[in-house]
Amino acid sequence: MSAELLDVPAAAAAAAPPHPLREFWTAFRANRGAVIGLAVIAAVLLMAALADLVAPHAPNLTNNDAFLRPPFWQEGGSLAYPLGTDAIGRDILSRLIYGARLSLSIGIAVVALSIVVGTMLGLVAGFFGGAVGIAIMRLMDIVLTLPSLLLAIVIVAILGPGLMNAMLAVAVVVLPHYVRIARAAVLSETAKDYVTAARVSGAGTLRLMLREVLPNCAAPLIVQASLGVSTAILDAAALGFLGLGAQPPSPEWGTMLADAREFVLRAWWVVTFPGLTILVTVLAFNLVGDGLRDALDPKLKR
Amino acid sequence: MLRFLLTRAALVIPTFLGITLVAFFLIRLVPGDPIETMAGERGIDPARHAALRTAYGFDRPVLVQYAIYLERLAHGDLGRSISTQEPVAGEFASLFPATVELGVCAILFALALGLPAGILAAVRRNSIFDHGVMGLSLTGYSMPIFWWGLLLILLFSVKLGWTPVSGRIDVQYFIEPVTGFLLIDSLLADEAGAFGSAVAHLVLPAIVLGTVPLAVIARMTRSAMLEVLGEDYIRTARAKGLPAFRVVALHALRNALIPVVTVIGLQVGVLFTGAILTETIFSWPGIGKWLIEAIGRRDYPVLQGGILLIGAVVMGVNLAVDLTYGLVNPRIRHTR
Repeated sequence: MSAELLDVPAAAAAAAPPHPLREFWTAFRANRGAVIGLAVIAAVLLMAALADLVAPHAPNLTNNDAFLRPPFWQEGGSLAYPLGTDAIGRDILSRLIYGARLSLSIGIAVVALSIVVGTMLGLVAGFFGGAVGIAIMRLMDIVLTLPSLLLAIVIVAILGPGLMNAMLAVAVVVLPHYVRIARAAVLSETAKDYVTAARVSGAGTLRLMLREVLPNCAAPLIVQASLGVSTAILDAAALGFLGLGAQPPSPEWGTMLADAREFVLRAWWVVTFPGLTILVTVLAFNLVGDGLRDALDPKLKR
Repeated sequence: MLRFLLTRAALVIPTFLGITLVAFFLIRLVPGDPIETMAGERGIDPARHAALRTAYGFDRPVLVQYAIYLERLAHGDLGRSISTQEPVAGEFASLFPATVELGVCAILFALALGLPAGILAAVRRNSIFDHGVMGLSLTGYSMPIFWWGLLLILLFSVKLGWTPVSGRIDVQYFIEPVTGFLLIDSLLADEAGAFGSAVAHLVLPAIVLGTVPLAVIARMTRSAMLEVLGEDYIRTARAKGLPAFRVVALHALRNALIPVVTVIGLQVGVLFTGAILTETIFSWPGIGKWLIEAIGRRDYPVLQGGILLIGAVVMGVNLAVDLTYGLVNPRIRHTR
């Protein structure tokens, strides 16, 4: 009898589950798309960090002898400007490389801002309910009802066009998603025994919110965050395209597209490459987001 | 069902009031007023400026302005545009069909490709076709549509010369608006040339606007079908010896459509965002372009009215989706 009892922990130890991180990595690695996405993101990050070393030219350096030069494989192109030049002789590749800094920081800053504010609002709405909770959720419903780009444009009109204001506008527009996820997670978690146990043992509301419940809402929030980076990059590029985001001569990808629009008939490359870069980057974040979802939250697996 | 209807409808009212608040006050935070903006660089005589402000009621306390606005709204009066002096409701009514025509064609395009692609991908799970559909739909979902529009113009309008670059119809045609939908009006007027021109103008914008919904619908259809195909009653149907097509098309699809219907409803808000960009690229004379221009002119009544009406449309569609949901899924009808 006692031997049996002693045996149990030993057997449990032998079959101990792998470390959560290792388990996560195994699940994530099984998704080929997610790994490719991660590699692309790493490459873009590296490109952004080492822009000064990698880029062949300065992003705003103009060359009066090389207006609208085609990419190197076309007639008239040269390896000095691998992806060609724009209408005032700036190297497109270099601008794209420097632009990666802007687009990545937009994506990350928007998500960081909206996830912090959104989670707080969601926690408050979920924990306190009542008038405060209703007010928060109604406000979020309103934001969700209005077309996101329209609202973002109005906010930019209030604050004035520019990179920072565009980031703020996008952050406001995506806020409801985080609030809803956090609130839903709070509502399902607070009903569980461990929260009751913590409350009974005297934990205050703040401790319950931040130490007990928040870590257990992390999975859906992380998934939303990685998908949110792609939305943020797309929305900010759209604002840039409408002339409301980063202002020229900034090499933000959407702004580059807006500049290039009038040359679409003469020079396909000034339009094609910035958009392609946006597409590939956004796609990479979406692939990783899908992979994260499958690895972190098997319930959501489709 | 009635109770469910009433609760849902009651929820709409505070949201609607909230939208009037947001629309009214947010617009007034934008620096510059419509009179200054209209005067432009030349500037305007301060006395005349003050007189005009009084005429439009902008000199009164904001809360009073809001109360007046709400009162007129209750009587169905959305005010007149400051720059054109036309009633906002009338302008909206004349432009809205253009956006709806574009949006409906975009959704039809998305459904026509997305549903079969999603169903086939689910039936042939893990085949090359499945991987292809999933890869393409994620690409479509990640597409910056303003760039996608430019690319399509570059290829089909510039290189191949198949489609026009912008607008709704060639200038030589004048079609008396009956429904406001050019495709229908040109058929009513029995002008084949005008109809052809309207179609040619519509194809690219509809594809551009339909790309993201297409991706979402294909993904959603696939995952819903996969779930349903694993159910016991599908196995039963197969065991009874029903042909595979019948099992998929009749038994599985009906239940798989439920989440798809919801997703299409949710796409309406997304569609408006896309319409703003698409209409800008293709100079499509619709609501999106109208509102963008109104922001530039600080045309308060147009913006308030436009935001409100769009909010109402989105809310109406969401409500309709909830109700359809009950129709296609009797289980929900009874549990709520």
